[in-house]
Amino acid sequence: MAPSRIKEESPEPDLKPRARKRRWDVVEPVAIPGKTEEDLESKLEAKIESVEPAPKKKSRWDEVEATPRKSRWDQAPSLEATPIGSAALGMQTPLHPSASAGGILPMATGGGFLPDEELDRLLPSEGYIILEPPAGYIPIVTPARKLMQTPAQTGSGGGYMMFDENTAVSAGMAKQIPTNIPGVGELQYFKQEDMKYFGKLADGSQESELGIDELKQRKILRLLLKVKNGTPPMRKTALRQLTDNARQFGATALFDLILPLLMERTLEDQERHLLVKVIDRILYKLDDMVRPFTHKILVVVEPMLIDEDYYARVEGREIIANLAKAAGLAHMIATMRPDIDHVDEYVRNTTSRAFAVVASALGVPALLPFLKAVCSSKKSWQARHTGVKIIQQIAVLMGCAVLPHLKGLVDCIAPCLTDEQAKVRTVTSLALGALAEAAAPYGIESFDSVLEPLWLGIRRHRGKGLAAFLKCIGFIIPLMDPEYANYYTKEVMVILIREFNSPDEEMKKIVLRVVQQCASTEGVTAQYLREEVLPSFFKSFWVRRMALDRRNYRQVVDTTVELAQKVGVAEIVERIVDVLKDESEAYRKMGVETIEKVVAALGATDISERLEERLIDGILFAFQEQTIEDNILLNGFGTVVNALGLRTKPYLSQIVSTILWRLNNKSATVRQQSADLITRIAVVMNNCGEDVLMGKLGVVLYEYLGEEYPEVLGSILGALRSIVTVVGISEMQPPIRDLLPRLTPILRNRHEKVQENTIDLVGRIADRGAEYVSAREWMRICFELLDMLKAHKKGIRRAANNTFGYIAKAIGPQDVLVTLLNNLRVQERQSRVCTAVAIGIVAETCAPFTVLPALMNEYRVPELNVQNGVLKSLSFLFEYIGEMAKDYVYAVAPLLEDALIDRDQVHRQTAATVVKHIALGCIGLGCEDTMVHMLNLLMPNIFETSPHVIDRIIDGIEAIRNCVGVGIVMNYTWAGLFHPARKVRQPYWRLYDSAYVQSADAMVPYYPQIDEDEYRRNELDVWV
Amino acid sequence: MQFNFICCLISRVLHNRIIMADKLRAQQQLEQLQTRYVGVGHADTTKHEWVSNVHRDSLASYIGHPAMLEHFSVAFNEPRERVRMQFVDKMIQPCGPPKEKEEI
Repeated sequence: MAPSRIKEESPEPDLKPRARKRRWDVVEPVAIPGKTEEDLESKLEAKIESVEPAPKKKSRWDEVEATPRKSRWDQAPSLEATPIGSAALGMQTPLHPSASAGGILPMATGGGFLPDEELDRLLPSEGYIILEPPAGYIPIVTPARKLMQTPAQTGSGGGYMMFDENTAVSAGMAKQIPTNIPGVGELQYFKQEDMKYFGKLADGSQESELGIDELKQRKILRLLLKVKNGTPPMRKTALRQLTDNARQFGATALFDLILPLLMERTLEDQERHLLVKVIDRILYKLDDMVRPFTHKILVVVEPMLIDEDYYARVEGREIIANLAKAAGLAHMIATMRPDIDHVDEYVRNTTSRAFAVVASALGVPALLPFLKAVCSSKKSWQARHTGVKIIQQIAVLMGCAVLPHLKGLVDCIAPCLTDEQAKVRTVTSLALGALAEAAAPYGIESFDSVLEPLWLGIRRHRGKGLAAFLKCIGFIIPLMDPEYANYYTKEVMVILIREFNSPDEEMKKIVLRVVQQCASTEGVTAQYLREEVLPSFFKSFWVRRMALDRRNYRQVVDTTVELAQKVGVAEIVERIVDVLKDESEAYRKMGVETIEKVVAALGATDISERLEERLIDGILFAFQEQTIEDNILLNGFGTVVNALGLRTKPYLSQIVSTILWRLNNKSATVRQQSADLITRIAVVMNNCGEDVLMGKLGVVLYEYLGEEYPEVLGSILGALRSIVTVVGISEMQPPIRDLLPRLTPILRNRHEKVQENTIDLVGRIADRGAEYVSAREWMRICFELLDMLKAHKKGIRRAANNTFGYIAKAIGPQDVLVTLLNNLRVQERQSRVCTAVAIGIVAETCAPFTVLPALMNEYRVPELNVQNGVLKSLSFLFEYIGEMAKDYVYAVAPLLEDALIDRDQVHRQTAATVVKHIALGCIGLGCEDTMVHMLNLLMPNIFETSPHVIDRIIDGIEAIRNCVGVGIVMNYTWAGLFHPARKVRQPYWRLYDSAYVQSADAMVPYYPQIDEDEYRRNELDVWV
Repeated sequence: MQFNFICCLISRVLHNRIIMADKLRAQQQLEQLQTRYVGVGHADTTKHEWVSNVHRDSLASYIGHPAMLEHFSVAFNEPRERVRMQFVDKMIQPCGPPKEKEEI
């Protein structure tokens, strides 16, 4: 394969003979670069006349520029990544996708792909004859069809066909697929697969030439396409049209088009959801007209019931439920009846689920006689199996709603427990289990009839059948009265213990589950469990092998914890503690997790001194020996230490030295974990009076503040914080005056965990021990904190704001305020908002009079952001200071006056918020005069239409109403309630309504006097 | 500055849609209010409807405040219970039947 030769063969762009027309209704000319002009001409003659040959020479460079118009949904990402044929063809310049795109040739045009001489060479000359095409044969060349066919490739002449077909196809598609279909309008997207269904719309045929059915079909297609791919408003109207005209269109036309669409494999969730919505609506409209289509719809929808995706299942259920309501029970049964004893298990399974949905839609009682008949079918065991399965699915689907029909359902399937077919018996016990689970904790009386066969069954059966029976009993026992539960548990336990040794994994899981369920029932005594169950349970399940499988592991842990609830901590921990020193890591983890859960639930008071020693020893061993660091051991360690409390004291020095050793470890996760462990045990250490040790830890952590992994640094800071919290600022080692300057640069760290922990630590220091650090250092921190206001996490921003307050309290508000006020000038909105909040907080902590003058002075800066920022700060300020506001009302009134008559909407909006907070702050404190003044300024704004603005304005007026009383505000309102212009009436009624809701009774004396006789409130004229 | 300008443009475009959404929301809120409080009105409330509600609220208020009821019973020279009954009865169409055609 000499490169030079290939190069000769490579398509020359100059040969591309046609400029492509971008119209849908025109058949696309097909170019086959690499062939001669004559070849092309002959090919094109076979095509429809509508092709307009418009040869145009293009340079290769033009081609590159002419990127095809694509919708972004259709872009094939591989286009740019793998330029076609660059390596394989040995071309100097990679062939641009658009150059090859034109080369798609449908096979149907005949001979284009393999010329006759090649075919002659390939196929033997004997035994084959060359057929003439039939006389009337004309290839179908609508573009829609063409696209569906296997594309032929460029450069086919030499036989070097190494292209990635997909790339070429999608390159072509991307070019040809429009988002604008005639009669539909601009769509959100149009996928390649849509062509199969909707291509028809774009074939350019004249509406006038089409028959009525064809027209109807196109109309539906158009609407469907709008629903599926259109923008939300388009979708809404299309959906409405489909629904309204459903009966005119008829079920046949609609479902013939919708059902294939719904079966499309590449359908996305959103599209499926929309189509389901369409079906839902039209089902409702068509009502009994859907009957002929019931089966077809079911065939399409039933598989959705067992889809992996939850939403697909829900939607499938919805359709079937609506279908059942539209078609009626009798019809549904008649339709699905044949599938009940279908040979294919899959069909029976989906049918049973569909029946369960029908039952939940139309009510269980309606279906019960039918189910009874199916379950006792003599004809085939498959029918009985499906019948029972339906009842199982009903239980799963309806949950506790089965309770009213429980007796009927149980009686229905009870005989099947003794069926001669093992499969039927198994599914029956599973169904009973599902019913019991759904009914829990009620309904034991309904199961009376099946108890005996169940108990006989567990003695008689082995293997899978037994597993199902045990599972069923596991669900029934919790429903029983305590004494019965006790009795039956003892009965079943013999078999469970026998099955402990079963090699079958499934059986093991079920046995564990049943033990768990039995152990949690009230009637079962601790003594019984201790003597009968525990020994063999631990012997067969607490083995290394169980820790290897994730699901077994979980089951064993859960069951052990459940047993511990009955038999106590000591009993269980005693047995598990040696596991902690086992050589298998997974097994150790299983032990730690169990101990953690048991101790967390029940405490450690039961644990004896000797056991406690072994426990700590074991857990330390497990902690040190872990190779995969995760939270299990950390949590376990923390929980055990905290549960032991003071009793940990003797072991603390050992624990701390382990931690110190591991803090030095090479691996980042190990360091992180040991720092996290400090956080967990700090409280206990303090309680044990280990101040010296804490100091030592503090110093070591301080030294590790240079840590470069942010996750680890975050943990170290967290550990320091927990030490500071328990030891107290004054006792802290290293002293705060050393610690804080080290934290200042860390504040610059952008990692969220680091930020959160530092700001917390700094905030705590600022709150409790600000005097240990110089004012200059605090100012430095202030500057760093400003950046924190940009943090994504709300917790960080909140902590930063509070810290501003603490710092201001410590070093006086002036300097902090200057910093904050300057920050009001920044571009970022979030930063400005946070600064405004911080100013509010500073004002709250340092009394408003220290802040207000500077703040109001700042309002004189003729800059929008600053003025708005000031107003915003005022709003937070007055919100925080509440009643203190009454002393400042006159001071801020002129400023507010100015803001409320500003041309800028946001000015008025924010000023209205300020007014609101002031008004709410000084209810009943004698500021009514100013408030009425503010009301006068606010009132004209009620004609604002922007939602935010009007909401704030109304808020402001409502707050003033609370301050000055409803009567005064109502005097402003009466005039507009019956104004001739609706635009005026509307906002006034809004004011009236909110006043009415809040204080209808208080309004009674203030309603206006109306002069018409029948409208007068005569009783008010009465005098005594 | 550039950014602000673009934001402005976008907000213009979105403005209409927001207003539509807002109208819808306001409508829903109003309906919700109305189911809870009968006396809540809107731009199409007639004067008659409104005044009827005013009367009902007033009567309810008189009944609800014992001192007011006492006042009326003294003034009418009737027992309190009877005044209360009268007020309750009066709440049915306090301003007579709704008029056929009315100014707004």
